[in-house]
Amino acid sequence: MNIVRALKCRECGQEYEIQPTHVCEFCFGPLEVVYDYEKLEGFFTRELIESRPQTMWRYKELLPINGEPTVGVQNGFTPLVRAKNLEKALGVSELYIKNDSVCYPTLSFKDRVVSVALSKAVEFGFKTVACASTGNLAGSVAANAAAAGLESYVFIPHDLEQGKVLGAGIFGTKIIGITGEYDDVNRLCSEVAGKYGWAFVNVNVRPFYAEGSKSLGYEMMEQLGWKAPKHVVVPMASGSLCTKVAKSINEFIKLGLVEDNGTAIYGAQATGCSPIAKSVKEGSDLIHPVRAKTIAKSLAIGNPADGYYANRVIRETGGWAEDVSDEEVVAAMRLLAETEGIFAETAGGVTLGCARKMIESGKLPRDESIVLCITGNGLKTQEAVVDAIDKPRIISASLKEFDILAEADGVK
Amino acid sequence: MKLRVYLTFNQQNVTEPVIWKLGRAFDVITNIRTAEVRENMGLVGLELEGKSEDIEAAVQWLGEQGVHVEPIEQNVIEG
Repeated sequence: MNIVRALKCRECGQEYEIQPTHVCEFCFGPLEVVYDYEKLEGFFTRELIESRPQTMWRYKELLPINGEPTVGVQNGFTPLVRAKNLEKALGVSELYIKNDSVCYPTLSFKDRVVSVALSKAVEFGFKTVACASTGNLAGSVAANAAAAGLESYVFIPHDLEQGKVLGAGIFGTKIIGITGEYDDVNRLCSEVAGKYGWAFVNVNVRPFYAEGSKSLGYEMMEQLGWKAPKHVVVPMASGSLCTKVAKSINEFIKLGLVEDNGTAIYGAQATGCSPIAKSVKEGSDLIHPVRAKTIAKSLAIGNPADGYYANRVIRETGGWAEDVSDEEVVAAMRLLAETEGIFAETAGGVTLGCARKMIESGKLPRDESIVLCITGNGLKTQEAVVDAIDKPRIISASLKEFDILAEADGVK
Repeated sequence: MKLRVYLTFNQQNVTEPVIWKLGRAFDVITNIRTAEVRENMGLVGLELEGKSEDIEAAVQWLGEQGVHVEPIEQNVIEG
């Protein structure tokens, strides 16, 4: 059943028929997919959803595609982990990790948005897909395009780390490295998107792409036993995930799948790029663009497109926003790894670091359910922690030498 | 050609008639589509129409006035 109604301007409310476009012609506001939810009444039940395969597409009626997905059919449905050890470390009573660091196939939540964007691109008849990225998105577009038999172009800053170039290049995508300042690269990519007839996942198909994030929220609620948590902490780059998690909760409430639990949404940023957190703390709704300088590169968007809307969601739900230094990011990455066995990328360190700070300041209550959204895998940002972990102790192949080490460790 | 941009003004230039000056200095049609002006910040959605070299020069001039110019797509690069 297709319940997609239109694309609607978030500013002036003008509606457009479904097409690959993302900006309102009248006021330049961003477009968002809107649905006729009443068509799902009595049909879209918990039982129906539970009877379907464990992928993000078990909620396909709430994702903006026609019929069945064609790209990323296996994606999504990552674990929701009850984080008992971390609960003790933080002094809270009910904590969960939504672990998208193991999202299929490229180990970040971008696989969700990309599979919706590319399924929609195929529907629209595009043969080539593209993106501009500093890492996770590039890998996800390249991999999902390869699996779907689509041509892909990936634009990256010319000085990107080798690991990330490899993480996209292995899939046979065409990689273009661009010299220049961030703003120049941005401008070029938007011009390319305008000139060539390609599906640029976060430009002309952005309204569809962004909707994919909602699947993280749906899964979270189903995995909690069809319940919305009291508090959700989300990392913020453009701010889109923040707004889509809120949208997913509102949709489930509207459809009677969960009860309204008064869920508050909290945003997390690195101090070196915290325009949204700053605006929330200042009580303003204007986002001042900044020049990003942080090790959390997947969150380093200085002028966030959805910043205003993320700010609004945080304030309207009674949440808060926080930021943490690069040192706190690394410390939180280690804490998550050592307590729960989850190696998150720097953005995960940002999320946990900010959550810890908000627990300590009392913004996040210790006795109510909290979900932390971990969106990417630490193997992709190894350089951030390489100096923070213990080096191996080298010995010869002698039991005697090992005995000495074991004794030093207090092993009996 | 037409170029759609967001202009961000700061506390120093938000009270300056920057778009009027631009219209006098360059052969470019300016069309304001959205605007929000506060005490210490301004955000304007602007369409520029003219020859590409004139638009390019106008965009560069805006930067020199301390106005942050960004394509309407905003952040095309993601993590």
